[in-house]
Amino acid sequence: MPNGAAAHADHHGHHAHHPALQHHFESLEQQHEASTLGMWVFLVTEVMFFGGLLMAYLLYRVWYPGAWAEASLALDIVLGGINTAVLIASSFTMAMAVRAAQTGRHQHTVRWLILTMALGLTFLVIKYFEYAHKFELREVPGPDFEWHGQFPYQAQIFFSLYFGLTGLHALHMIIGVTLLAVITWMAAKGRFTPEWYTPVEMSGLYWHFVDIVWIFLFPLLYLVDRAHGVAQVGV
Amino acid sequence: MAGHISPVRTYAMIFGTLMVLTVVTVAAAFTNLGIMNFPVAITIAIFKATLVILFFMHVKYSSRLTKLVCGGAFFFLGILFFLTMTDYLSRGWFVSPRGTAGAGTQVTVGPPPPPSAQPAAPAAEH
Repeated sequence: MPNGAAAHADHHGHHAHHPALQHHFESLEQQHEASTLGMWVFLVTEVMFFGGLLMAYLLYRVWYPGAWAEASLALDIVLGGINTAVLIASSFTMAMAVRAAQTGRHQHTVRWLILTMALGLTFLVIKYFEYAHKFELREVPGPDFEWHGQFPYQAQIFFSLYFGLTGLHALHMIIGVTLLAVITWMAAKGRFTPEWYTPVEMSGLYWHFVDIVWIFLFPLLYLVDRAHGVAQVGV
Repeated sequence: MAGHISPVRTYAMIFGTLMVLTVVTVAAAFTNLGIMNFPVAITIAIFKATLVILFFMHVKYSSRLTKLVCGGAFFFLGILFFLTMTDYLSRGWFVSPRGTAGAGTQVTVGPPPPPSAQPAAPAAEH
């Protein structure tokens, strides 16, 4: 209980402490460790969530290598590549936002977060145009699906997985941008200090995870068989 | 508070490496490496993901418990892929006398074959 130094004990009778420290934690370090661990446990569930779809992808790719090569060529590698660069850049700006929060520079935190959101939205806009083009070409699985290649039925499976994987990824991006908007608002109000910036860091972990998912999706969906495909273009 | 503050230089270097590896993975995809195209693409992706996890996500500076949980995710993902594929890839190895040949390799998707292509139904037993 309070010793002589507890002159700052507040009205409900315990030690003065950082306002962000919850009562059930000993210290901010312990609280931070618990938050990090909790976030990682959540990310494990996310890994398994995408893992199931990737398992389906792997199996069908092994079953239908020809259809995979053919359908993958229909994806726009330039837009996919640009989006990869955009997301990696957004991960960098996110890491810088966390760093600015750690070093107590609120304005920098806000600016890096805004830049991260802008890059995230750029990704989504590019993705929108990619999707729109696919709908225009009727390369969306379903009764209206049109395919002039060799494997129209298997190609639908590829596109089902393409829309499933990239759609869920895009949903994560939308959630991520929303999350960052809240964090930016909190940062602008000066809620974070070098002692407590946990929300910035946890949102960062989520953002980086979404980036990692795309790091796998890009080669798996866009780069299946480009080497052979170059010769086949136009068939 | 706990929490390692990395120098800007580290982040810039990781960012640069990730960008270079993106170019490398595209270049590798356009190069005919035979069956090695897929393993090369996956290896590069795993390396990129590892850089993001270790440096951007600070796992390199996190507690052992966090490292264990993070590693556990990929361990279980490995079990999912490995055990499922050992099942599917080995299904065609043992063809039963009744002949479900090719069950594990290629499954035909598409419209049913025309009636003439179907084997004649066995004669009814009297």
